[in-house]
Amino acid sequence: MNVPGTIQADSWTVAGRTFTSRLIVGTGKYKSLEENAAAVEASGAEIVTVAVRRVNISDPNQPMLTDFIDPKKVTYLPNTAGCFAAEDAIRTLRLAREAGGWNLVKLEVLGEAKTLYPDMRETLRATETLVKEGFEPMVYCVDDPIAAKQLEEAGAVAIMPLGAPIGSGLGIQNRVTIRLIVEGAGVPVLVDAGVGTASDAAEAMELGCDGVLMNTAIAEAKEPVLMARAMKAAVEAGRLAYLAGRMQKRRYADPSSPLAGLI
Amino acid sequence: MQTSAAASTPQTFAGGFALLRPRSYFGRVMELQESIAIHVNGGLARVPVGVTIAEMLGELGIDPKKVAVERNLAIVPRSSFGEVRVEEGDQYEVVHFVGGG
Repeated sequence: MNVPGTIQADSWTVAGRTFTSRLIVGTGKYKSLEENAAAVEASGAEIVTVAVRRVNISDPNQPMLTDFIDPKKVTYLPNTAGCFAAEDAIRTLRLAREAGGWNLVKLEVLGEAKTLYPDMRETLRATETLVKEGFEPMVYCVDDPIAAKQLEEAGAVAIMPLGAPIGSGLGIQNRVTIRLIVEGAGVPVLVDAGVGTASDAAEAMELGCDGVLMNTAIAEAKEPVLMARAMKAAVEAGRLAYLAGRMQKRRYADPSSPLAGLI
Repeated sequence: MQTSAAASTPQTFAGGFALLRPRSYFGRVMELQESIAIHVNGGLARVPVGVTIAEMLGELGIDPKKVAVERNLAIVPRSSFGEVRVEEGDQYEVVHFVGGG
């Protein structure tokens, strides 16, 4: 009997780039760049999101992220966090491309400060423009299968629906729509935002997502490096469970030991 | 025309920090040359007539390999930092990657 005890070379590909880690981590909110780097290391992430901000002219010699997390070893995914209009996001990513020299970017266009919920009209508009300009945008979006499809048609290289509002740590609020997005997508789907703890990450992977993107869940844990390890394990466990195919749920008990031969 | 007395006083940004430090390259040049007003990252600054973007970044202590520059809302390719001259009233954004989600 052939028993597939190990999953060989489980990898995923976005815009022609192949990765083995399915965990993408943010680099915001850490107490120090040292802690940030240690957490990235522990997470096993091969992609980190970064923000584009003004250089502090009054003190340009402050330690830089690139001194702690080597962009040659870890793929920097520039994001547009903080942008509330398509034009702002596009402008930010044009600068990011010039600073980093690559086209793979994370697009997010927010609708309001209170919920940081995506503005899908602006997000779609920005996606169309970015694709025309040769960018490969991984796009943060609402957990709406129709919006996800529209983004894919516009040229998004990955669909990244929120599990819950950014930084909330509430976990996946709508399993049904995340699953529908996964089933309908022809590009990778990653849950982006809302993960609070390891079980949330495992749940996203069990739903069939290609990966999970998180920041606050690790950075605001009491022990970020330990939580980064937990997330690595959770993403791997969830992926394996998805590949293994879970048992059907039953309404009542079913004994595990044989009934035959009972004394 | 910038006087030498004024040139020895660093020009300050709206945020209160100085672009041109005393005894700087620009400071010395400004004693001899006319200067122009520009905006860098939201603050006002004065630089001598004729400097390139590369010279402006050098004076600021910024490694051009680690930043991107936008001039009047248009990207300036890094390869042309040494050629593009700073002009009166230019608006610059000088950005880099920082931690983010």
